[in-house]
Amino acid sequence: MSNRILAVDDSTSMRQMVCFTLASAGFEVTEAEDGLVALEIARKQKFDLVLADVNMPNMDGFSLVRALRGLAEYKFTPMLMLTTESTTEKKLEGKAAGATGWLVKPFVPEQLISTIKRVLA
Amino acid sequence: MSIDLARFHQAFFEESFERMDAMEQGLLQLEGGADNAETINDIFRAAHSIKGGAATFGFAAVAGFTHHVETLLDSVRNGSRGVDKPLVALLLRASDQVRALLNAARDGGNADAALSLQLQAELQAALAGDTAAVVAAPACAAVVVTAAAATSGWRIVFKPHRDLFASGNDPLRILRGLGTLGELESELHFAADLPGFAEIDPQQCYLSWTLRLCGAATEAEVREMFAWVEDECDLSIAPLAAGPVESAEPVHVNVVPITAATPVAAAAVAAPAAKSRAPAESSIRVSIDKIDGLINLVGELVITQASLTQYTRGLDPLVHERLLASVQQLEHTARLLQESVMSTRMLPIDSVFSRFPRMVHDLATRLNKQVRLQTVGEATELDKSVIEKIGDPLTHLVRNCIDHGIELPAVRVAAGKPAQGTMTLTAAHQGGQIVIEVIDDGRGLSRQRILDKARANGLVISDNASDSEVWNLIFAPGFSTAAEVTDVSGRGVGMDVVRRNIESLGGEVELRSQEGEGTSVRIRLPLTLAIVDGMFVDVGGETFIVPLIGVVESLQPAPEQIRRIAGQGQVLRLRDEYIPVISARELYRVPGAAREACQSIAVIIEADGFKLALLVDDLIGQQQAVIKSLEAHFRRVFGVAGATILGDGRVALIIDVTEVVRTCGRSLAA
Repeated sequence: MSNRILAVDDSTSMRQMVCFTLASAGFEVTEAEDGLVALEIARKQKFDLVLADVNMPNMDGFSLVRALRGLAEYKFTPMLMLTTESTTEKKLEGKAAGATGWLVKPFVPEQLISTIKRVLA
Repeated sequence: MSIDLARFHQAFFEESFERMDAMEQGLLQLEGGADNAETINDIFRAAHSIKGGAATFGFAAVAGFTHHVETLLDSVRNGSRGVDKPLVALLLRASDQVRALLNAARDGGNADAALSLQLQAELQAALAGDTAAVVAAPACAAVVVTAAAATSGWRIVFKPHRDLFASGNDPLRILRGLGTLGELESELHFAADLPGFAEIDPQQCYLSWTLRLCGAATEAEVREMFAWVEDECDLSIAPLAAGPVESAEPVHVNVVPITAATPVAAAAVAAPAAKSRAPAESSIRVSIDKIDGLINLVGELVITQASLTQYTRGLDPLVHERLLASVQQLEHTARLLQESVMSTRMLPIDSVFSRFPRMVHDLATRLNKQVRLQTVGEATELDKSVIEKIGDPLTHLVRNCIDHGIELPAVRVAAGKPAQGTMTLTAAHQGGQIVIEVIDDGRGLSRQRILDKARANGLVISDNASDSEVWNLIFAPGFSTAAEVTDVSGRGVGMDVVRRNIESLGGEVELRSQEGEGTSVRIRLPLTLAIVDGMFVDVGGETFIVPLIGVVESLQPAPEQIRRIAGQGQVLRLRDEYIPVISARELYRVPGAAREACQSIAVIIEADGFKLALLVDDLIGQQQAVIKSLEAHFRRVFGVAGATILGDGRVALIIDVTEVVRTCGRSLAA
């Protein structure tokens, strides 16, 4: 059974890229276009890893991670932020929300796969 | 593995232009005086998203310029700069330039670089005019650079905080990562206040490590491994040559020298135990047999409740008011109970859809096609037994679609379509049924080719046949119009098998297509195999149930609508169509004399595109029936899909519409 990943990004092209990349690496990917949708999906089924953009309409990535950490099923689940902000402040904000780590945009597909594989090893 | 990012370019451009539209609209609203935080946020997000995408997909000019727009917008967003007309005007001009850069990136041309530089200067000036603080930002980068002294390795003391697991981090992951940088030796320490086994909280981390990493890794590389946890651990990293440095471990009791492999195992015990415990709190695994047993019992309960309702119907409502109210309450509760028990067997269709991205990718690569897969409604739930059986037919359809539907990129471009084909999988609930669609924007079905092929196979079909009749030919056994047989599909085993599989689930398949524009295959399925929506009919005092999905209409035929054809029984003439007639009484050998056709009710049933008029004595009504399989106890009986127990305790047979139409309808029509 391959690992299930929830990929959250409001940008269609980024989502396509992320989903395609992960699916090609053999992961099962479900996509969501913002935090609210992701939260709804994550409540219904369990994922092994959550990958979320920070800046999204309706519910941003930090709020999503905070909400998920509050659920028993996601207490220890790795959650990575996809962020363009590489400033320490943003990283700390992510960590404070409960994020496991981050991946700084822009990244190439190979980087994404190696990071995810490292986390899910 | 390498992935060509070019396949996402089209989506990126489409999206970016959409975002530019939104951004301009937002700017115009701001100019109109709407100083609304949400509008500013939307504008910022547009620029932010374009910058991120452009950087990812390799459009440096777009990313670079948009970065300046974003920075200015950020200062507006966080309130350090107000909105005024000159600012909006500048941002509008800048957004025109973003468009120009996007166009240039898409068409491979060049945008006006001088204009970019000038606008950049204006954007920076607008920013500097109000805030000076922002300038400080780039300075931070320099601090990190440390002299990467040549060293034989590093001594690392890594002491995770107790709650490390709560951020989803796992020390094992970091150790593995370090192991890739060089030769790693590790010493594992237990916490000084390690509680007794019974008191250990598996969600806490009681371990710490002293690591010796031998190799040419730089300090930055080593730190990078700990980047995600630097605030969640005590960490010291020192060159190995430096000898015994200050110990970050003053109070450990239990120093256990261990080889590199062992601590990994120890950590593995600690971390996954913590992980697997959490989900157990909110869900349990139950064997499907238990659930089926439960569903069966609830079925019985509903039947008993129905008979109770029936018995109490004749009672005087004034005298038995409370009894009747209780019975009504029971009916309500029983229905809710049934629904919630059924829902335990429901799974999201995502478990089927999720196998396709990989398959589409592989197939498309093999066939040199560009295919984008979209899925809609993955969360739609349906019965586990349906989920299990829908995978194969869907796989078949998806394969067909990539192999035959979507054209090669060159062909698509020549036809004025984007090189990349789009395939969409959708699932949705629609009135007690689930509708799954496989849609492509490929070449569509060729009416002429199907007709030619059908005639070559000896099928008789008129040139005036409706499109749906023509498409139906595809479902005939052994039918394939593929010009050449590929190893993916096209051997003619396929669509007939797909249809049979779907029908065995009580569903139906419908095909729609427009030559040159694409094809859509729509599958309708019952939500569950345990309950059927049925039309209850009376035949000689016995009740039969016709599943609604197979019923077209029912009518009382007029004498002149019935024709007798020598040696072939009767046909019913209905709106210029001749439909074979069969009597349910004869079919199921119900005792008693058959009524004349015009004194019966004709229920028109349909399967495989063939219709049949089933004569019954009366229509009783329409309701749900809990399906009981007969095959566990009896031999399979022709024309019977199962049985149900009626409110009064009698057994009613459920008619297998597909089997009846296939056998009787075709033999009569032939």
